[in-house]
Amino acid sequence: MKAVVVLFPGSNREGDAVRALEMATGKKPQIVWHAETELPAGTDLVLLPGGFSYGDYLRCGAIAGRAAIMDAVRAHAARGGLVLGICNGFQILCEGGLLPGVLMRNKDLRFICKMQHLRVERADTVFTRAYSKNQIIKVAIAHGEGNYEADEETIKRLEGDGRVAFRYCDAQGVVGGFANPNGSTNDIAGIYSDKRNVLGMMPHPENLIDPLVGGIDGAGLFKSLVAA
Amino acid sequence: MKARVTVTLKTGVLDPQGKAIEGALKSFGIAGVDSVRQGKVFDIELSTQDRAQAEVLLKAACEKLLANTVVENYRVEIV
Repeated sequence: MKAVVVLFPGSNREGDAVRALEMATGKKPQIVWHAETELPAGTDLVLLPGGFSYGDYLRCGAIAGRAAIMDAVRAHAARGGLVLGICNGFQILCEGGLLPGVLMRNKDLRFICKMQHLRVERADTVFTRAYSKNQIIKVAIAHGEGNYEADEETIKRLEGDGRVAFRYCDAQGVVGGFANPNGSTNDIAGIYSDKRNVLGMMPHPENLIDPLVGGIDGAGLFKSLVAA
Repeated sequence: MKARVTVTLKTGVLDPQGKAIEGALKSFGIAGVDSVRQGKVFDIELSTQDRAQAEVLLKAACEKLLANTVVENYRVEIV
């Protein structure tokens, strides 16, 4: 598993992403600068980390989604290569046309930074096979624009094709209602591309890989990738 | 040549910022406000003097970056 982490001006979670990937793969992933036009040869996984690329100017992820490296990331995804976008990375994937929909301002307008439970919708993908179906995991969320919105037809297609990766739930696994932190349609916390080789998610699994910080529920995602 | 691009949220897209502003206006006692939707304005200076060319260029700018057409509409005015 050769992983790379793309660095945009304003990314700030690349260190956490590198640490999680290194823990899982045993190798330090290469950092790739956004102005590059090619990914390193033999790249299996591209991780777009969290942060505030370009200061969230215009719209979150809008400018990064059109950065030079993104043509290479789109080509990589089209070939079936793996792409994981976390938080701002998810926003970048939506703005860059790799995933449908958009992340809007949280419904209560607040930046939310807290622990959050998620339900793993399926455990047969390359990103989630170390989990079990409907497993409840506890990870961190930290975002101001995590309210997933798409037109009705897109939501129907995502649901019908089993492309919802994670949903917000409470500790008992009850989805929706007060467990939805940001107003996301259908409590969506993460979605897959049609071939399930691209995953975008608002929560931060890379921050929950060490018991020292309160849990290791995020580690399963990185373990899943390594089994590839 | 100067142009103004206005980007607004499509009808039906939740606009919590607009709602908050609407609530504030109402709380300030400004009567008669039914609803507020927040948008963005871009004032752009162009090197071309050709109107048709400017329109093509501005449309490309909107489609490529200025608006996210999933949730936003745009309007171009050459001023």
